Amino acid sequence: MLVQFKVNGKQASVDVAPNTLLVQALREHLRLTGTHVGCDTAQCGACTVLVNGRAVKSCNTLAAQHPGAEITTIEGLAAADGTLHPMQAAFKDCHGLQCGFCTPGMVMSSLDLCQRHPDASEAEIREQLDGNMCRCTGYQNIVRAVQKGQAAMKASS
Amino acid sequence: MGASDLSKLPHIGESVRRVEDVRFLTGAGQYTDDINLPNQRYAVFVRSPHAHALIKSVDTSRAQTMPGVARVFTGKDIEGKMNGLPCGWLITSTDGQPMKEPPHPVLAQGKVRYVGDHVAMVVADTVEQARNAAEAVEVDYDVLPAVVDVRDAAKGTALHDAAPDNHCYKWAIGDKGAVDGVFASAAHVTKLDLTNNRLIPNAIEPRSAIGAYNRANDEYTLYVANQNPHVERLLMTAFVLGLPEHKVRVIAPDVGGGFGSKIFLYAEDVALTWAARQLNCAVKWTADRSESFLSDAHGRDHVSHAEMAMDANGKFLALRVHTDANLGAYLSTFSTAVPTILYATLLAGQYATPQIYVEVDAWFTNTAPVDAYRGAGRPEATYLLERLVSRCAWDLGIGQDEIRKRNFITSFPYQTPVALQYDIGDYVTTMHKAQQLADVAGFDARRQATEAKGMKRGIGYSSYIEACGIAPSNIAGALGARAGLFECGEVRVHPTGSVTVFTGSHSHGQGHETTFAQVVAARLGIPIENVSVVHGDTGRVPFGMGTYGSRSISVGGAAIMRALDKIETKAKKIAAHLMEASEADIDFEGGEFKVKGTDKKVPFGQVALTAYVPHNYPLDKLEPGLNETAFYDPTNFTFPAGTYICEVEVDPATGVVRVDRFSAVDDFGTIINPMIVEGQVHGGLVQGIGQALLENCVYDKDTGQLLTGSMMDYAMPRADDMPSFKLDTVCTPCTHNPLGTKGCGEAGAIGSPPAVINAVLDALRPLGVKEFDMPASPSRVWSAIQQQKA
Repeated sequence: MLVQFKVNGKQASVDVAPNTLLVQALREHLRLTGTHVGCDTAQCGACTVLVNGRAVKSCNTLAAQHPGAEITTIEGLAAADGTLHPMQAAFKDCHGLQCGFCTPGMVMSSLDLCQRHPDASEAEIREQLDGNMCRCTGYQNIVRAVQKGQAAMKASS
Repeated sequence: MGASDLSKLPHIGESVRRVEDVRFLTGAGQYTDDINLPNQRYAVFVRSPHAHALIKSVDTSRAQTMPGVARVFTGKDIEGKMNGLPCGWLITSTDGQPMKEPPHPVLAQGKVRYVGDHVAMVVADTVEQARNAAEAVEVDYDVLPAVVDVRDAAKGTALHDAAPDNHCYKWAIGDKGAVDGVFASAAHVTKLDLTNNRLIPNAIEPRSAIGAYNRANDEYTLYVANQNPHVERLLMTAFVLGLPEHKVRVIAPDVGGGFGSKIFLYAEDVALTWAARQLNCAVKWTADRSESFLSDAHGRDHVSHAEMAMDANGKFLALRVHTDANLGAYLSTFSTAVPTILYATLLAGQYATPQIYVEVDAWFTNTAPVDAYRGAGRPEATYLLERLVSRCAWDLGIGQDEIRKRNFITSFPYQTPVALQYDIGDYVTTMHKAQQLADVAGFDARRQATEAKGMKRGIGYSSYIEACGIAPSNIAGALGARAGLFECGEVRVHPTGSVTVFTGSHSHGQGHETTFAQVVAARLGIPIENVSVVHGDTGRVPFGMGTYGSRSISVGGAAIMRALDKIETKAKKIAAHLMEASEADIDFEGGEFKVKGTDKKVPFGQVALTAYVPHNYPLDKLEPGLNETAFYDPTNFTFPAGTYICEVEVDPATGVVRVDRFSAVDDFGTIINPMIVEGQVHGGLVQGIGQALLENCVYDKDTGQLLTGSMMDYAMPRADDMPSFKLDTVCTPCTHNPLGTKGCGEAGAIGSPPAVINAVLDALRPLGVKEFDMPASPSRVWSAIQQQKA
């Protein structure tokens, strides 16, 4: 079946089976391999993307459920000239990533978090990141990165 | 160049932001599953649903005819075509006999021995087709009784003909007679039984591999999420498939975390490589998380009894330990070294205990193979010793800090009674700094405040030591290692003066592309941006041993330093020629070669260009080019050490344990990039605290089914389970490598579990709970409290 949506600002049309997951459509049909799959139970959050501005675990929803949606993946965050989004820059500056595998999902969740909770405290950030697992960083620098990204996003908005 | 000179250079000790981050932050990383090759098919493995069973028959006829299926391979297809997976470390039993080393087939040969064991491999055009066909493979099993608990192994049905009592080896170290003699007359003896719970590594990137074959030149390429591609290739070609090593290229691209679990040669890697040639196509497989739980090598799983003999003042006189180690169903690559060489030799810890005797029995059970997991043997040693030491303090009625201070080693080098010789350390200062960082002075007030809320508060200490960079090769060989333990480094200076470094170390999160570039830039006086680091490809990098055991900077970095020494020596000859000076008069500093006592100088870039455009060049005495390779084999281990202090609050009504404060002071020797080192400690701490509070691998005792087989059943640490940590360092540079570094990757996971459990016990002892095994999950803590009430 043909599903059309907008991915990272561009119209995309994918010819998928009805049981194709959104993450499969992104990774396998559109070759946007920045979105990762880390588990089969919607626990790890590595596959998190924004669907109409909200963080969604793309391993847990079908591509066919999102016709016409605006989808943002990690590939769609930096400016056209390569300048990192303030949240990406904050992750780099705070060493909020190590192996990088959970990072795309972590960044996408953080964006949603900052939009919904622009004044989130450390404890709230930790609670809100409950759906994203990282095995490398111990979370401390991720929390710092979200705080820094949050401040930068506020300053630029 | 030595460590003291290095540490004065620019970039050394700077928190340089990582060069690898941009690709990871923009979705441009290339992990194995992100790679797709032309003419690629997909493999799915048929795995055993039983923990122990004879295979009466495997019927692939229906699967073979299903849409898209290329082939279904079973144990019969590989019989006689390849050997089993090798074990890389031979342990000799106390009776002089070699360990039992039963076959570890790539696909089961008539018997399965754990849930998840490989029975067949289906290759099809799509993953879905392969999955459907895998379900159509009919396997007729004759189920046998399973044994999963190491304490029951001897009574269990034999897994292997070669080990009728499921016993792999009995190994010992130390002077038993002398130790028993000391115990017979000691003023105090403290005894402890403990279990080190089994863990599942759970790197967030599941294992993944693509085997590819090119018939035109008879060459294989294996892309694989792996920590040591050369070792993978050597084991696979020389021991299993008998392929010519030069015809096989192993590429470990971006790898999403390893923690030890991606060191090993796995059956899937071999099967995919072999099948690529049979089918003349690329064959890709990526584990789903359930497969990771079932088939990644697990960690820990020790049951131990420990005893400390002390004099009347709490001075340690002798330590006696017996450990039963669960090796799982088969010997994974380095499994046998973990509960022996990497464990028992660490049991001196930071203490001047004059006599130590350790005996280890290792057993086969119907569980996934157990092998190195972040720390590998050293967390098990630290957990046992640091629990025992705090117990000694409580038995004697003195402080956890006091017992440690009374027994710290204070003079170096120090020869332990269990083979290792510590080169340097400063345990007293480290403890003192940790106590300040943790505000131990304020603990009593915090405890009162906690108790006023109806809760309990406890403080726990752990003073760990670890041994990193296993070495030297010849001694490891005498102890049973079947591999070298050196590292390689190649420094390729380009004509315009920029540099590519090729290292045998592998980065799967550790940031080598940044740290190694800092070292090279500092030494050559060039910008960090002018240095690239290449790793993870046997086709590009000289033979190297990869990354495990916190060895990368101390062994891999040292190899690069040696290569840089050679670069500097040659470059000085070129510079001397250019400036018509004697080589002995040339100094190299800040990226410039200078003639002593003059203002003559040439920059590094000009020397590089001259090496490749050798017009004005001593061609009669010197080869052109500026490209040097070094192999570095360490003369000793490095010995990072630290003191960790944990404070917990326990709610006796619910059993919930919250880590309120955690302070860690580590001595890693020279630190190249403090930001990266802190990140390594954070991650290690969370894995260690995860073990102490949350994580626990459970198999059903009767059926051998994995009960914690998903992230919904196995409690992975999440952001809101953890506190923010306070970190500091002490620096006694390693005395025997050119950087003075010691390694930092595993420390957090090694030192933290006993700190947490000692804190939990400190909180619960007033309630009568004297001993407690990990994990301190709410139900287990609550039950322990209720048992005391009953």
